[in-house]
Amino acid sequence: MSADPLPFWKRLLSSRGFWPITGLALLLLFDLVYTTDFFRHESSFFRLEIRDGHLYGTLIDILNQGSKGILLALGMTLVIATGGVDLSVGAVMAISGVIAALLATQTNIPFPVVIALALVATLVAGLWNGALVAYVGVQPIVATLILMVAGRGVALLFTDGQIITFTHEPLVYVGNGHFLGLPFTTTIVAVVFLALALLTRKTSLGMFIESTGDNERASGFCGLNVRAIKLLVYGFSGVCAGVAGLIATSNIKAADSSRVGENMELDAICAVVVGGTSLSGGRFTLVGSIIGAILIQTLTTTMYGLGVPPAVAPVPKALVVVAVCLLQSETFRTKVRRLFKRSST
Amino acid sequence: MRLPLHRQQIPLAATAIVLLILFGTAALLYKGFFSIKVVLNLFSDNAFLGITALGMTFVILSGGIDLSIGAVIGFTTIFVASMISQHAMHPILAWALALLLGTGLGAAMGLLIHLFKLPPFMVTLGGMFFARGMAFVVSMLSVGINHPFYERVLALGIPVTERAVIPASAMIFLALFVVALYLAHYTRFGRNVYALGGNEQSAILMGLPVGYTQVMVYTFNGFCSALAGIVLTFYTGSGNPIHGIGMELDAIACVVIGGTLLTGGIGYVAGTLLGVLIFGTIQSILLFDGRLNSWWLRIVIGLLLFLFIVLQKLLSSASASSRTEKVTP
Amino acid sequence: MNDVLLEMRGITKAFPGVKALSDVELVVGRGEVHAVMGENGAGKSTLIKVLTGVYPRDAGMVVFCGKTISPAAPIEAEALGISTVYQEVNLIPHLSVAENILLGRQPKRLGFLSWRAIRRQAEKALERLGLHLDVTQELSSYSVAIQQMAAIARALDVDARLLILDEPTSSLDEQEVDELFRVMRKLRADGLGIIFITHFLDQVYEISDRITVLRNGELVGVYDTSSLPRLTLIGKMLGKKPEEVERLESTAATAKDTTERKTVIEAQGLGRQGGIAPFDMHMCEGEVLGLAGLLGSGRTEIARLLFGIDRADAGEVRIDGQPVSLTSSRKAIARGIGFCSEDRKSEGVIPHLSVRENIILAIQASRGLLKLLSRQEQLKIVDHYIQALNIKTPGPETPMESLSGGNQQKVLLARWLAMQPRIIILDEPTRGIDVGSKAEIEKLVASLRERGMSVLFISSELEEVVRNCQRILVLRDRKKVGELAGGEIDEQRIMGLIAKNV
Repeated sequence: MSADPLPFWKRLLSSRGFWPITGLALLLLFDLVYTTDFFRHESSFFRLEIRDGHLYGTLIDILNQGSKGILLALGMTLVIATGGVDLSVGAVMAISGVIAALLATQTNIPFPVVIALALVATLVAGLWNGALVAYVGVQPIVATLILMVAGRGVALLFTDGQIITFTHEPLVYVGNGHFLGLPFTTTIVAVVFLALALLTRKTSLGMFIESTGDNERASGFCGLNVRAIKLLVYGFSGVCAGVAGLIATSNIKAADSSRVGENMELDAICAVVVGGTSLSGGRFTLVGSIIGAILIQTLTTTMYGLGVPPAVAPVPKALVVVAVCLLQSETFRTKVRRLFKRSST
Repeated sequence: MRLPLHRQQIPLAATAIVLLILFGTAALLYKGFFSIKVVLNLFSDNAFLGITALGMTFVILSGGIDLSIGAVIGFTTIFVASMISQHAMHPILAWALALLLGTGLGAAMGLLIHLFKLPPFMVTLGGMFFARGMAFVVSMLSVGINHPFYERVLALGIPVTERAVIPASAMIFLALFVVALYLAHYTRFGRNVYALGGNEQSAILMGLPVGYTQVMVYTFNGFCSALAGIVLTFYTGSGNPIHGIGMELDAIACVVIGGTLLTGGIGYVAGTLLGVLIFGTIQSILLFDGRLNSWWLRIVIGLLLFLFIVLQKLLSSASASSRTEKVTP
Repeated sequence: MNDVLLEMRGITKAFPGVKALSDVELVVGRGEVHAVMGENGAGKSTLIKVLTGVYPRDAGMVVFCGKTISPAAPIEAEALGISTVYQEVNLIPHLSVAENILLGRQPKRLGFLSWRAIRRQAEKALERLGLHLDVTQELSSYSVAIQQMAAIARALDVDARLLILDEPTSSLDEQEVDELFRVMRKLRADGLGIIFITHFLDQVYEISDRITVLRNGELVGVYDTSSLPRLTLIGKMLGKKPEEVERLESTAATAKDTTERKTVIEAQGLGRQGGIAPFDMHMCEGEVLGLAGLLGSGRTEIARLLFGIDRADAGEVRIDGQPVSLTSSRKAIARGIGFCSEDRKSEGVIPHLSVRENIILAIQASRGLLKLLSRQEQLKIVDHYIQALNIKTPGPETPMESLSGGNQQKVLLARWLAMQPRIIILDEPTRGIDVGSKAEIEKLVASLRERGMSVLFISSELEEVVRNCQRILVLRDRKKVGELAGGEIDEQRIMGLIAKNV
């Protein structure tokens, strides 16, 4: 059965990147129109200026503040691609922040080792989740729920309930420094993204992950070690959350175990879904998740610019979530198609 | 190999044992723990958690999940407080409106989930965002409640001893518990919820009203969350849009520790009550013991969750191996 | 005749690209057990789905108890008196037996469900089947046989007058089958009509009054069980007239040497409870071994044992004389075994991945994460098989789900052929493939043989098996009942082995 290639516009509409990019473009357009002072031909939203050799502006703020969300979304993408979900990322952020802060302030361990230890801890946390899902066979929501509940408790245990503040230079730099004119967080995100992209697209891991999420049984029959693949993606998610936790802690120059990463797991899942990866697993797009995370951050920033308190930003987020789910739902599309057919006859 | 009678009740029995052990140990360790007052506080301090956990039980039994409850609770508290204190509305009217709104949101989510087969996780996530945001739209800051009717309600109580009283919050909790028991075990609706969670395909083939059941569990849960919010205003005397953050987790934990399977179809409403009591007992222990810090609550709950999940897994794989192998031609 | 319960005439149903039913008839009387038989794709399940309203029919009429009916859903059919008990017992496992029987219709008292009444009504329903059990126990704590009884009891409790049993005996042992038949006889005596869908020959002869045979969506005929010889029945199902069967020369009979060939794999006493009775077999280099038998005779079960999907509980397997433990697909693949499953939807096709990825996945899996096949190498392999198997696809990057079933099958074949295994198991490799492509695949199988591969060829099409194989194992009802080699191979003999009443 050979079919004529779909017309260009159909292919465009069905490509996974289309909707998130369009959404983001529309949002930016709105910002452009709303914040442009037409007489002076400048837009406060898009204004960039250089101070002390660093680039500043709303766009930069979005990238900076959104860096944690992007990192979480990157790790979450791979987990969702295998048909799972990781609810523990917020709690894991707390763990890495606490470990880094404690080690930095109370020991003389060299900074790179501090970072390494914090990330190893979060890797272990991720592998714990992965083991529960892949080897014990617990449902992902349930398995990661455990760490989500207990993880924060563990972090609080380490700090004895205190918020640990620090002025440790390198640790402060992580979330607040600049590199090549851009915030350092942008560099971190770029590095992590590149690492994951190389790992998934330059080795066969990406295809293996997609295959596992798309049809786990068939993949097993092809000789894939489905369990190991699942274990791995949760490990990645843990490490990404660990890095995000370091940034979050650095941002406020304190390790606040009870608040850091609060509700960020849900934002991460949203970003992934909005970005075009399906919740049921299979094909994934890291770039899409980045766009999704940026979109969500832009939404928040836009609302703030409109004078809407960020606490209310969840409302449009809710509409976006539901809209995306509807669009991804086969049942919805079928019903809409039927509706159009009826009205045209 | 036939498994012991009523295998499903094993987790429930385990929960009861855990509760007894916890309470018993605490009673031995702390003077004054074993008293009517402490027991009554278990019910009244955690009434709002218990009310919403009861609603959540039905959702989880049906095979779904509802992440919006914490946000609905927060919204309800600030809505009620704002209506009473800033718009001079009578509490009963404010309550009625709040219940209507919570129930309405639940119904809307249920409809989306059923009509378009959307994943409950995502839809209720959207509901959570929506309710939380709307809470801040009502008011950015907390609002106190000062109304004679409230004072009357707070003064209500069934005296048990000269010093201990069952307050309104506990009464509502217990009343809802009785209603939940009735629904779950003595109505067709309740049995349909179990059927839906047990095997959706079969339930459809058996001709059960699956759509109606699915929408109603979310509607009922919306009602319960709003009711929990109202009860919370009794406890705090105010409304605050940040109330309830993270409470969905606590509710889910209570339900799971109570023996209900997160995949649905198995569990008991009574188990949820026990789960809430365990939650409350741990909190009370933390209060009594000055040395233990509050985060131990999270760790212990996490540990209990883990143990119960593993227990559930073991029980389900034991039953799977005892069943005859199905062979496909 | 007012003894006629159900009359289906002229039933036609087509799906895009497939004619599932073509002018099919079914007549069932009161107090009759009527068997419906046919191989894969015969149309049995479609016929039942049309009857119960799962699918609307394209043409034909259905008259039930004298009235023309057109149910739009199984629930409506149930209300009319037609109930179905499915092979996978469609009840709620964790509710009690009593609840399952009465779910949706539980008796109430003053607004409360009356559990006592539920229990009593359920017990009465089971008594009608001559069964007494503790109905308060969880359904899943009982054997599948009992669960089926509960499903039947439920069907009866809604006043069914026609009971459809869809493959009810697949998971039952002999005693349980006897029990089921006892119940069926009782119901028959009560005047119920029973449609019995099965592929177990012995059972059909034991319990049914009449048999309707379907083949490729068409009615072959309706027969009285007592006057239909087994061989004739088998012939009807496979589309052969016993007297007219010619001695087809198997290609292998004319093949060069059947002597000293290295044995690659052998199984001794290999078996699995509920899957296949212990059997012996061996395969040599460069030969095609066929598994012949009716649907459900155990062919796929053997394949699954050899590929490590199911674990054997008896016997052992040797490769090159060394005992091996085939406990997972990966281990089997590492030993050079490949398996092209018959259930391509759930065990083969990876729908959103491209044709290219589906083809090279197994190869890449065996090479691990780092040793990537370059794009060029991949395309070389993919193009080769697209040509060799004549796979119709807009291109190698097309997602699998866009391909027709037949072409998907070819892609799956390509996946395993590309692995170049020593032993390849092909389970229904030509199912859903057009005639021209079938020939291509058969040529391919021959070339594999010439290259020294051992091929296990499983097919429901008898002539296919005969044409392609040098040796054939004959299976019946989960047991190996015979082995034929070289010149002994012909369809008549195979059918005879299947039909033999041992």
